[in-house]
Amino acid sequence: MNEAVNIRVTVNGEVRSHSVAPRETLADFLRNALELTGTHTGCEMGACGACLVLLDGQIVHSCLIFAVQADGAVVETIEGLAQRKAIAELQEAFHQRNALQCGFCTPGVLMTAYGVLARPGVPSRNEIRDALSGNYCRCTGYEAIVDAIETAARRRAEAAAEPEPETAP
Amino acid sequence: MNAPLSFLDRPNSYIGRSVPRPNAKRLLNGQGRYVTDIVLPRMLHAAFTRSPHAHARIVSIDVSAARQMPGVRLVATGEDFARICKPWVGTLDHFKGMKSPPQWPLPIDKVVWSGQAMVAIVADTRAMAEDATEAVQVEYEELPAVVDIDAARSTGSPVITPEFGDNVCFRGVLDTGGVDDAFASACHIIEEEFRFARHTAVTLEPRAIVADYDPNEPRLTVHHATQTPYQFQDLYSRHYGIAEASVRVVAPDIGGSFGMKLHVYHEDMAVVGLSMMLGRPVKYVADRIESFVSDIHARDHRVRARMAIDAMGTILAIDVDDVTGIGAFSAYPRTSAIEGNQVIRLIGAPYRLKNYRAGLQVVFQNKVQMSQYRAVGHPIACTVTERLVDLAANKAGLDAFEVRARNLIRDDAYPCESPTGYRFEALSHEVCLAKLRTMMDYDSLRSEQRELRNRGIHRGIGIATFVEISNPSPAFYGVGGARISSQDGAIVSITPSGDVRCLISVTEQGQGTETVIGQIVAEHLGVDRDRVKVITGDTEVTPHGGATWACRGAGIGGETALQAANKLKANVLSVASAILQDHAGKLDIRNGWIVDASTEQQRIELAEIARLAYFRSDTLPPGTQAQLSVAHHYAPQGYPFAFTNGIQGCHVELDAETGFVRILKHWVVEDCGRIINPLLVDEQVRGGVVQGLGAAFFEECVYSETGQLTNGSLADYLVPMAFEMPDIEIGHVETPTLDTQLGAKGCGEAGTAAASAAALNAVNDAMAPFGATISQLPMTPARVLKALGHI
Repeated sequence: MNEAVNIRVTVNGEVRSHSVAPRETLADFLRNALELTGTHTGCEMGACGACLVLLDGQIVHSCLIFAVQADGAVVETIEGLAQRKAIAELQEAFHQRNALQCGFCTPGVLMTAYGVLARPGVPSRNEIRDALSGNYCRCTGYEAIVDAIETAARRRAEAAAEPEPETAP
Repeated sequence: MNAPLSFLDRPNSYIGRSVPRPNAKRLLNGQGRYVTDIVLPRMLHAAFTRSPHAHARIVSIDVSAARQMPGVRLVATGEDFARICKPWVGTLDHFKGMKSPPQWPLPIDKVVWSGQAMVAIVADTRAMAEDATEAVQVEYEELPAVVDIDAARSTGSPVITPEFGDNVCFRGVLDTGGVDDAFASACHIIEEEFRFARHTAVTLEPRAIVADYDPNEPRLTVHHATQTPYQFQDLYSRHYGIAEASVRVVAPDIGGSFGMKLHVYHEDMAVVGLSMMLGRPVKYVADRIESFVSDIHARDHRVRARMAIDAMGTILAIDVDDVTGIGAFSAYPRTSAIEGNQVIRLIGAPYRLKNYRAGLQVVFQNKVQMSQYRAVGHPIACTVTERLVDLAANKAGLDAFEVRARNLIRDDAYPCESPTGYRFEALSHEVCLAKLRTMMDYDSLRSEQRELRNRGIHRGIGIATFVEISNPSPAFYGVGGARISSQDGAIVSITPSGDVRCLISVTEQGQGTETVIGQIVAEHLGVDRDRVKVITGDTEVTPHGGATWACRGAGIGGETALQAANKLKANVLSVASAILQDHAGKLDIRNGWIVDASTEQQRIELAEIARLAYFRSDTLPPGTQAQLSVAHHYAPQGYPFAFTNGIQGCHVELDAETGFVRILKHWVVEDCGRIINPLLVDEQVRGGVVQGLGAAFFEECVYSETGQLTNGSLADYLVPMAFEMPDIEIGHVETPTLDTQLGAKGCGEAGTAAASAAALNAVNDAMAPFGATISQLPMTPARVLKALGHI
């Protein structure tokens, strides 16, 4: 039962083959084996949202999934989203608004925000607060986070409404 | 038309400006470096077998099976640590008669709370260490658990430390005299009994430590998620007998602290000892359940209070009795008596009060230690005071604003002293009160409330005035014999390229310490903020100082940086004057250039001064020795504390059928003196308010009658989440302290200090039509329904 299992996972665009213990969570695997320490564990029971990652495009708690369950899947972490500039406007809005203090919840919050921005339109503040209902932040009191997500969503909607810049023939 | 130029338009004018935090970008990219993330070569992992009993004698410990478990490198018990670690006692000399038993990393003969670490296991992985904890066999002889604060003090109660004769750690008394006469002559007397639950910090990053002992030099390096690296350098040195200069404590990124991570924890001390026993790095990260049973808890008070008023609603006297439960011993090195002491000293603080009497009993019980957490004592003092004031207003037929306007210390009455001996340099209650009324649009809220009540919608409005302690002098700890510094130190240097490095003893936990220090240094030196690098949290490189707690980072650390920058600037101008053959007094620094002070004409670049000083000293005039590094220390002088003040308002809607309360909006007006960075101050206040609202509505460590914590997980213990929290509007009044050139006071505890009180007053206001009242926190739906008589 404790025999290691070989898995192949695509993480942040790279195929990674590893031998993992059956009881190892995806969160621990990402943090320890792959040294992707941007994914945090705060409660290890799916309540705090610090460990959120994308698994085959779905936002999931990596603390509630065993690494072996991710065999063959595509995983993206905060490092992947940051590197491919998928959350650059969110990061800028968070930075300017100081929507983080200790930063420990921030990767999970950005994961949730990425999901919010993937939906069309500008969400209301209540909708943003509702979307954040699975992200615990002890430092900010949440308002700055709501503000930053709202700003990023509005900027994205404004950019989408602008006519396409003319390209040279 | 352009607005007229303000002081913010001067070059390098950063104090008072909202600038974002340079160090936040790393965290936004998932590149934080928390202790949790640190991996060292040959590192092992610790886990602990914990006591299942709240109170028991240890009959025997059998670790033979645990030693045989896969990957196990070491199993250690209390006796192993007692051989190498000196015990600690959590008392302070200025609390007369205070007592607490000696503590070791692990217990030797008995356990005193459920969840107490019993046996340490070190293994190749954390999982292996945890597996082995289950193989440890301990035989206990269960003892009756002392849980309730009244039972703990009753005659015949079991005594947790029998040598003490009773379960009272400390008794405090304050009495101005005149209280009984004031009550005898009062027009109205208000009485209330308040209960404040235990709650806990729940930092998202749990406690984490990596101890790395090198027996060859010998030398100890500890990567420690703490606010106070120097305090721990001192403690590890003295308790394990290692020369202080050979102990290095590094506090990298910290995932939240709020006072919780500056106390001594048994596991942390044990990890240092384990590393010494093995000569290898040992890591320990508390999991969430371990955090709930071993992090300090906060508050836990029952306060019985009376207030006497005259017919006009003038406060004549207050008489209070506070009993607070602290666990089986007093925390080290700051003790568990500060909380209660601050409660009784802060009650009534905003008001013109002459007659005051307070009793305090700090009580041992079989629970985890209670000690300092954000806004130590303040929320209790504020809630008791402000609820009494609202009850007084009801008796006297006054509005909540009116009763406060009649009783607050006048803004022109300073300096003055509270009946408990606190000296106030300058506060601004009256202007804050007026500002809050405008911000809330109070009269409209009241008329809306009346209208909605007719439609069966019950909204409540509550306000609460507060006074906050900041910038503490040695009066806090130093006078009591604790080796906790109230001074800070900074080393500021010009690098050969003309950049600036500031090594400073105040620490960063996300509140923006490094940012505000950078703002101050850049402004006072006259360089661009981007050229100033601030380094914190490493005893090997930063000078010894108090670090960040009790709202001292900006006020004391900031003044240290300011004075150091001024000193360095004088040194730079001295070299410049030698090079330019001009009087130093005629020169200044702007934007990294030495300029003519009167014309601002650029004379020589700072980088060129640095180049000449470091690489071409042969070209400097004879006798010139450039001092481009300055080490400077600053200890607060003048007032023992820089008090701040403010007022909060809370607007709630009560569902009288379910007992649920929705927080609609919250307001804060606060006066922290000179504001260095408004963006950061506002976010400190907002975060603080939400911690106060958590205590008001959700957070409670629930114990069974046998002393078992029954809700130690994030599914059972409720913390404030985004959907339940309101938007918070903040206004400022600035009354700088004249004790420093900077003029800054603290702002980190203001939010927490009064949020619960404003919320309690708001809920009581909403319940008024039902003739119901509540005086217990948290105000859970069940307690609200009980207050309403529904259950």
